[in-house]
Amino acid sequence: MKPAPFAYAKAKSVEHAIELLGQAGGDARPLAGGQSLIATLNMRLSAPKLLVDLNGIGGLSGIAVRNGRVEIGALTRHVDAERSADIGKHAPLIALAMPHIGHAAIRNRGTIGGSIAFADPAAELPACLLALGGEIEIAGANGRRTVKADDFFKGLFETALSPQDVLTAIRVPAVTKDTRVGFAEFARRHGDYAMAGLAASAKANGAGLAGVRLAYFGVGDTPVRAKKAEAALAGGKVDDAIAALAADLNPSGDVQATAATKKHLAGVLLRRVTKQLMEAQP
Amino acid sequence: MKIVEDSPPVLTALDRPNSYIGRSVPRPNLARLAQGRAQFVTDVTLPRMAHVAFVRSPHAHARIKTIDATAAKKSPGVIAVVTGAELAKVITPWVGVLTHLKGIKSAPQHAIAVDRACWVGEAVCAVVARTRAEAEDGCEKVTVDYEELQAVTDPETALDAKTPVIHPDLGDNLTFERVHSAGDPDNGFAEADAVVEATFMFGRHTGVCNEPRAIVADWNEGEQRLTAYHATQAPHMMQNLFAKHLTLSEHQVRVVTKDVGGSFGIKVHTYADEMATVALSKLLKRPVKFVADRIESFVTDIHARDHRVKGRIGVKNDGTITAWEIDALSGIGPYSVYPRTSGIEANQIVNLTGGPYTCPNYKARARVVFQNKNVMCQYRAVGHPIATAVTEGLVELAAVKIGMDPLEIRRRNLIADDAHPSQGPSGIKFEALSHHASLAHLDSMMNYAGLRAEQAELRKQGIYRGIGFASFVEVTNPSAAFYGVGGAKISAQDGATVRLDATGAIFCHTGVSEQGQGAEAVIAQCVATSFGVPMEQVRVIMGDTDNTPYGGGTWASRAAGIGGEAAWQAGKALRGNVLAVAGSILQTTPDTLDVRNGAVVDAATGTERMPLHELARICYFRPDTLPAGVQSELVATRHYVPRAWAFSFTNGIQASYLEVDTDSGFVKLLKHWCIEDCGTVINPQLVDEQIRGGVVQGLGAALFEHCLYDQRGQLLNGNMADYLVPMAVEMPDIECGHVVTPTADSELGAKGAGEAGTAGAPGCVMNAINDALRPLNAKLLTDMPFTPDKILRALGKV
Repeated sequence: MKPAPFAYAKAKSVEHAIELLGQAGGDARPLAGGQSLIATLNMRLSAPKLLVDLNGIGGLSGIAVRNGRVEIGALTRHVDAERSADIGKHAPLIALAMPHIGHAAIRNRGTIGGSIAFADPAAELPACLLALGGEIEIAGANGRRTVKADDFFKGLFETALSPQDVLTAIRVPAVTKDTRVGFAEFARRHGDYAMAGLAASAKANGAGLAGVRLAYFGVGDTPVRAKKAEAALAGGKVDDAIAALAADLNPSGDVQATAATKKHLAGVLLRRVTKQLMEAQP
Repeated sequence: MKIVEDSPPVLTALDRPNSYIGRSVPRPNLARLAQGRAQFVTDVTLPRMAHVAFVRSPHAHARIKTIDATAAKKSPGVIAVVTGAELAKVITPWVGVLTHLKGIKSAPQHAIAVDRACWVGEAVCAVVARTRAEAEDGCEKVTVDYEELQAVTDPETALDAKTPVIHPDLGDNLTFERVHSAGDPDNGFAEADAVVEATFMFGRHTGVCNEPRAIVADWNEGEQRLTAYHATQAPHMMQNLFAKHLTLSEHQVRVVTKDVGGSFGIKVHTYADEMATVALSKLLKRPVKFVADRIESFVTDIHARDHRVKGRIGVKNDGTITAWEIDALSGIGPYSVYPRTSGIEANQIVNLTGGPYTCPNYKARARVVFQNKNVMCQYRAVGHPIATAVTEGLVELAAVKIGMDPLEIRRRNLIADDAHPSQGPSGIKFEALSHHASLAHLDSMMNYAGLRAEQAELRKQGIYRGIGFASFVEVTNPSAAFYGVGGAKISAQDGATVRLDATGAIFCHTGVSEQGQGAEAVIAQCVATSFGVPMEQVRVIMGDTDNTPYGGGTWASRAAGIGGEAAWQAGKALRGNVLAVAGSILQTTPDTLDVRNGAVVDAATGTERMPLHELARICYFRPDTLPAGVQSELVATRHYVPRAWAFSFTNGIQASYLEVDTDSGFVKLLKHWCIEDCGTVINPQLVDEQIRGGVVQGLGAALFEHCLYDQRGQLLNGNMADYLVPMAVEMPDIECGHVVTPTADSELGAKGAGEAGTAGAPGCVMNAINDALRPLNAKLLTDMPFTPDKILRALGKV
């Protein structure tokens, strides 16, 4: 479990990182918290020629609330988001998800941007971003651009990022009085990747819900919106929403759960998360 | 954590003034370990030391057609690339059989595969380089041309005529078979009012040590001598095996075992890659280091518990058990592991099933078969969790069938506490057990009646909690009956040498070893007490075949009971020697004196007569002042081996309280209790932590741990993300209690405590889950580990 030889460069700025990534002709990987990357290198599942270390770049970490949005810099460590009063107040879905992400040692080093860029389909944060209808800020060779979460996750570990891109921040709408969020997951042990998980947001609409966004994780190649279930839930029918999951989700089995179990658990999650959505929240 | 001293003090020969026996003395090695000053094999660095990595077979069964090492030999830092055929000139192959397991057979196993690889992960070529990273780079450049052969993976079909025979010379895939019949099982079943049967499945799993297997082999060409710094449980056994297979004399081999980061039975076997490492050192005439990485550990550390057991029990309406029957099948990989064999776990299942109970009518068959998976061998509580889960699963099913409380059926069938000596249905002999006292202690400790009431109340609210039990017996303090009689050079006896130094402190050299469980502390407590010095004046030397008495090491819960007794007796002998000299110096008879708290005292009054350092000063530096003819002997050695009993069986009972989330299939462990009887408790804290650690490993087996193979023999979850070891968050509080029935075979009276927790926990959790789900008419769950998948299927939800 020693990595294959690789070169290392410490980027001084986002532009420098983009330049270094470009020079490697697609065979470079940006290094942020390293919590997934280093393991894949050590197992020799991945052997890039060059690692471009982003950790020295100033201005890429931090949490800010402005213009009704919460912006989280890509290099913000999980632990800082977990302990942030702003996240707790303005992005409570992310606060709910944080304790489920790995273990304390992982959260001390792992970064928010790294988790989104890696796009593990069983990870919590990509699903939260999707459930919140967030967006991703990207710097590339041709300047900066913003991609909606709905358009970002393309396939298994595949995103809208090109090999020369650097993810610089994510943004999610700050909650308003009528925002409702819910989060639950089933993991064999606390801190494991989920067998199935659900991040959800909605707007209170009288006694019911509107604008329901259900983002499942651990049940597909990407975080998955359950759109038929969203519609049914907005119509106030939980049982119909659960039934609709059969059409929304098509999970494959893995070593922790069969496809049938994942589908079943998706229904259990929806019932539990719906209860959270219906309860009054800040 | 509060240590509960729940066993009433009994005054015995152990109650010397300032006795450390029965006291939770902090371990002497704690500060050193906590400060990062341990010395594991990984920390050993020698001049000219090279590192080895192995090219390992990606196929479960394949012919090795060619190995092209040209590119690897040119890789930066590579010193040598060595194939199995080349290494076979340095080290001879071995066959893992023992004569007392009648008919057991296996094929010669090489340090590196020659011609054929028989499991995914078997080493097929070694690359030695300046660093481990360079060795791994070199491995990637070795090209092996394989011809894939059909893999035998399912034990159920391993003996079918159409299944290929893995080792054609052996004739079939049967490693070992044992058939046993005792009493009158047919009549027993005929007399029964009810007969219940079930098939129990156990998930193959492994002991995940914090420190992986590791060895630094240093062949000194000038001395013609091998020094192996080795993370092993049995230094003298390895000395013998390294010598034998390198064709050396034993005195040409020294095994040094410093700190070991956990072993659990994993590090008491011969591993091909470790044998290859010593052979490479001899071949290359330089030190070579091998440290298994986590991926290698999963595919090469022995696995255990791959068993299917069909069981049957007969019971009368009054609860009397009338007969037992089991049929066990185990898949053990392609080779029986050397030198302890892979037949022992199945053999133990036959030995231990029905063990706690009086019913003598017993029929058993156990078959052990070869397969193309990683090798399987003995791991903590060998066979016990299987036999206990089968026995206790059947007992609780019988109780349900006749409508009897599960504790009541045990009360009616457990061997009475005053009926000893006695024996189990397989003929295993018990010196003295305390099943009923243990059960009574458990009943009150857990407030059983209160829990049953709570369970009934919660069921009305749709909350499904279960209570499960497991009575058990545990093999400890093994005599030569375990391995020696079968021809293995594994010492059952152990020795201790105690030496008074020139300042009045003592050194104790012992043949048992420490892997983190606290053997060092226990040895120090025994010798400090029997000799008569404070613990701080005892230094324990272990893990060095050049410098310790010949001994067996640490396995089968033997270190405290056997090594402790040897140390106790050696301390006593040295006290006698010291008092003989003191008598001369003080002009009194030795029997009026004693050694207490570091001084020679008047035995009757305790008045100090002479500090030990003064006695040592005279003996070492002014022996001319001693009377003529008085020669001090300030070193004493004693040995001990259990003789009266083949094994010192311990006993106990565990209970589990848990809640099943019937929507998700998740099990939440709420509480666990273990009452056990390990005889004299030398260090209550260490015993309780052994019990708790053992319980946790058993809970891992029940709920989490499983080496998952596909039909082609590929391990699907060989990493720490996918192979689930039990973690603290999911573990319940574990309450321990003790009943004390010392063994009369030793003065110390201590039996082992290392495996009791693991023995009982899985069966106990299985019974609790089935108890929780019984009102829901769920299918019986008998297939470990009990995953959400399986529980949802039993509930008919997926």
